[in-house]
Amino acid sequence: MIAKTPQIIVKNLTIAYGDFVLLKKLNFSINKGDIFIIMGGSGCGKSSLLHVLTGLVPASKGHIIIDNIDFTASTKAEQDKLMQRCGILYQSGALFSSMTLAENVALPLQQYSNYSDKFIRELVEFKLSLVGLAGFGDYFPSEISGGMKKRAGLARALALDPSIVYFDEPSAGLDPVSSKLLDDLILDINQSLGTTIVIVTHELESIFNIGTNSIFLDANIKQIGARGNPKELLKNPPNSEVARFLTRGGK
Amino acid sequence: MVQIEFSITNQILEVFLRGNFIHFNDDNSIAKLMSAASSKNIRQIHITASSLEQWDTSLATVLFNLYKLAAHRQIDVTTSNMPSNLQRLVRLALLVNRKPPQNKEVCESFFASVGSLTLVILANIKKTFLFIIDVWHSIERLFSAQATMRKIDWLYALEDCTYRAVGIVSLVSFMVGLILAFVGAIQLKSFGAQIYVSSLVAIGMTRIMGAIMVGVVMAGRTGAAYAASIGSMQVNEEVDALKTMGISSTDFLVLPRITALVLSMPILTILADFMGILGGFAVGVLTLNIPPEEYLLYTHKALSLTNFWVGIFHSFVFGIIISLCGCFYGINCGRNADSVGFATTKAVVSSIVWMIVATGFITLIFEVLGI
Repeated sequence: MIAKTPQIIVKNLTIAYGDFVLLKKLNFSINKGDIFIIMGGSGCGKSSLLHVLTGLVPASKGHIIIDNIDFTASTKAEQDKLMQRCGILYQSGALFSSMTLAENVALPLQQYSNYSDKFIRELVEFKLSLVGLAGFGDYFPSEISGGMKKRAGLARALALDPSIVYFDEPSAGLDPVSSKLLDDLILDINQSLGTTIVIVTHELESIFNIGTNSIFLDANIKQIGARGNPKELLKNPPNSEVARFLTRGGK
Repeated sequence: MVQIEFSITNQILEVFLRGNFIHFNDDNSIAKLMSAASSKNIRQIHITASSLEQWDTSLATVLFNLYKLAAHRQIDVTTSNMPSNLQRLVRLALLVNRKPPQNKEVCESFFASVGSLTLVILANIKKTFLFIIDVWHSIERLFSAQATMRKIDWLYALEDCTYRAVGIVSLVSFMVGLILAFVGAIQLKSFGAQIYVSSLVAIGMTRIMGAIMVGVVMAGRTGAAYAASIGSMQVNEEVDALKTMGISSTDFLVLPRITALVLSMPILTILADFMGILGGFAVGVLTLNIPPEEYLLYTHKALSLTNFWVGIFHSFVFGIIISLCGCFYGINCGRNADSVGFATTKAVVSSIVWMIVATGFITLIFEVLGI
């Protein structure tokens, strides 16, 4: 068996707002090509951890190393450059409402690539086709459904062929069919492009369907309560909190 | 070396992918390849990727376009040594499971466009009248103590359009009085009649300028805030929540704002009149060397209760216009973040336009009545 290379390493990370410590001494690594789930109950700090991983909020203590570069110790310019290797799909899609879907997807390409305008248009069409939105390029976000907004957001997140894509609650607000379609799409992208996927969610169906590795954030101890493959954690939960979470409070 | 080569043998387009296809952007070779694939002689496309090293979606995009062209021309595409993940990616993009319902660009004839525009205008007029009627009913409910209006909301709205607006109204009115005095002095000085600057400022401020300046400031400040706050509530479905609870959104959101602004406008206008006269006084005394007592005496002579009440009447009308415009565009705001911006802009622009129209009408009526 070939050992996987870690792409993101989190060392002794503490997240605090003033005196209030939300999470402390987090240590974990995310391997290249993994579908990594950050799970936990409401208010445990999942989204805050994502904000720190993506540089939106500074870490109080500790280090985040992405592709062997210390993200937390980098300057703003270095962080911005590093973030070009990452795509983010926000909970609502976060599409710019004054732009069409094609303009939304084209924006990072126009900003950071040397492609010609014609080729950018072709790339945008390809990315939109990839997420099942071929022909919707001229639509505005207000003219499409919530599931389509998320897929368009994913097309934008994939615009620069990132090696890591972060997802914030991808299934939130979606019906089961749309949620399953999005899960399949995440799997397809992970397998065809080898993209590392980091998902913050508490949607059990998605966790078990696509997750290859995970951490469980425990709000009581403000630390990682469990780690490993979600299906394995379900079979052998290390503690009652994890068991309760993974069985919807059943055990 | 990145290369996309092709040759045509026995009506088969042979495409060879060699090297590193990261950020591939050779538009010329892509155009040549597409042109060759479009040729009528081609019956099949074969892609050989045995020397392909690294790749990204730029190559996948070229292949996607090639596959689409082949599908359009109903010719086969075969591959050899193509990485399975690249094939999977292109196949995924070709799996279009949903098409837009219809072409968005609908070209209407001139008459159809005029018709559509007329219908939109009529619908807007109807919406405006329904809103005004709704507000009227709400005021009736207020006087019969049946309106669902929270006192705290009304007090908050009143605080916002009275003492929080004092600073800006004072500053703007003082400056307007100052400007009026300076402009008037240019002409009056040539007749040695600079003392009449005081009359000019006193009459100008009390009869119309005070009310207009308060109106413009309040349209930009409070009218815009009304549209933005109610518009945001519309976006967050708070207005829907009120309706489903059986609470009139007009009673709850519009009534406190309208009553607060209509009541505060005359108070602010009195303040504006005073500050404007003070501005004129500063110019008269400091730059035109008019003795203060004389300036005040002429101001007192020029002030009349009629002019004062005309100004107050204007302010009352402006209060109704600004609050109605702000609340109307807020309540009729769309469901996205952009529409809040549009609602705010529309509220301010229409408030100012309607204030000027109203001033024209009131001036005409007062002229006819000899007031």
